Amino acid sequence: MAANHGPPQPTMPTDFVSDDSVARSRATHRAIETVFRMERARIVAALTRFTRSVDLAEELAQDALIAALRNWPVSGIPDKPGAWLITSARRRAIDHFRRAKMANGKLALLGIDADVEAMAEPEDGMGDDMLGLMFVSCHPVLSPDARAALTLRLVGGLTTEEIARAYLVSEAAMAQRIIRAKRTLSDACVPFEVPAGQDRADRLSSVLEVLYLVFNEGYSATRGDDWMRPQLCQEAMRLGRMLALLAPNDAEVHGLIALMEIQASRLPARTDAEGKPILLLDQIRSRWDHLLIKRGLAALAKAEAT
Amino acid sequence: MRFMFVIKASKDSEAGVMPPAEMISAMADYHGELAKAGVLLDGSGLQPSSKGWRITWSGGKKTITDGPFAETKELIAGYTIIQVKTREEAMEWANRFPNPQIENGQIEIRQMFDLEDFEPSEGIDRFREMGIAQDRP
Repeated sequence: MAANHGPPQPTMPTDFVSDDSVARSRATHRAIETVFRMERARIVAALTRFTRSVDLAEELAQDALIAALRNWPVSGIPDKPGAWLITSARRRAIDHFRRAKMANGKLALLGIDADVEAMAEPEDGMGDDMLGLMFVSCHPVLSPDARAALTLRLVGGLTTEEIARAYLVSEAAMAQRIIRAKRTLSDACVPFEVPAGQDRADRLSSVLEVLYLVFNEGYSATRGDDWMRPQLCQEAMRLGRMLALLAPNDAEVHGLIALMEIQASRLPARTDAEGKPILLLDQIRSRWDHLLIKRGLAALAKAEAT
Repeated sequence: MRFMFVIKASKDSEAGVMPPAEMISAMADYHGELAKAGVLLDGSGLQPSSKGWRITWSGGKKTITDGPFAETKELIAGYTIIQVKTREEAMEWANRFPNPQIENGQIEIRQMFDLEDFEPSEGIDRFREMGIAQDRP
């Protein structure tokens, strides 16, 4: 970790940098990139609320990573890396709007409060931001394919290359799908919000549908396929678990989690050594994943109690 | 990939001293973060070894010994299981773990087995039938 780097090293011409320090700096970079990957969705969510544009939010998040890669090897990884990254990205957003304002006074057009300084501090309500991001990326204005791709990109934090591999399409095609989806959102002026009432119920069912589509895409993959495909099951389950905390009073969410955990618990028993499918009644039950069954039943109980 | 954070026992945990409210609160915050990130699978504290027992196989003989056991530092007091995409992510989560003991705490991080990691063999098939080590999905 960067925080533990040793005594200062004498400066040497790059040709003579020891293997040790190269390895250390690589490890630091990997650690920073890992932190960024873990925090990315929260940064994009906060910045989307701030800028009203997922595209700009992603760009600013990327800039924040570059700032972290420049600063953290010296200062160490901060205690609250997520807050650091969001603050850094917000400063850049403010600079961006100032330039835009000076250029053509468009700030009001963008719907941004002129008093941008007041918005510079990270606030609570991070959970609502994440939920808002899920609602945006699963908006009904998008096709089901586009919703899945955008959700994996923005909320899951997967790279375009990983999503492309999981869906067995070229990276260029997936990049196009994501760009088009973002354009559709901006053309339709989709607001960044957590809707209420019947609207919320409808929009939530769209989110659940997307998660189940992603889960099924991975579940239908057989052994021997690229590891990214089964990974889709894990990612759908992870996003479902996240959603359960963001919308704990919606029984449907717990219901979907129960379905995914219990279905997934059978994955290890579902195929034989050659990868041929084994029917449910012929499966060896000891191969079922009992931790997932336990989690599935707990989610079911929650769904019933909600 | 799944990782288990093994929380080592301490004098206090072995004496059955319940953790103070601040520690429980810090643990709840941390596990809340794991849950919010969707990576928390399971976790629990363990009662002192005085309430447990050991079974030892030695020289073809099996013996049962009641707790408590003396080697406190080798005992465990709890565990947390997470599922993440990379080893680096597990390292980062582990770094954020609060000190689990009143005084000197220690956690040990172990990756859980995934049979898919092995080349197929007759032995692995038998392990599989024991229903252990399932990381997929």
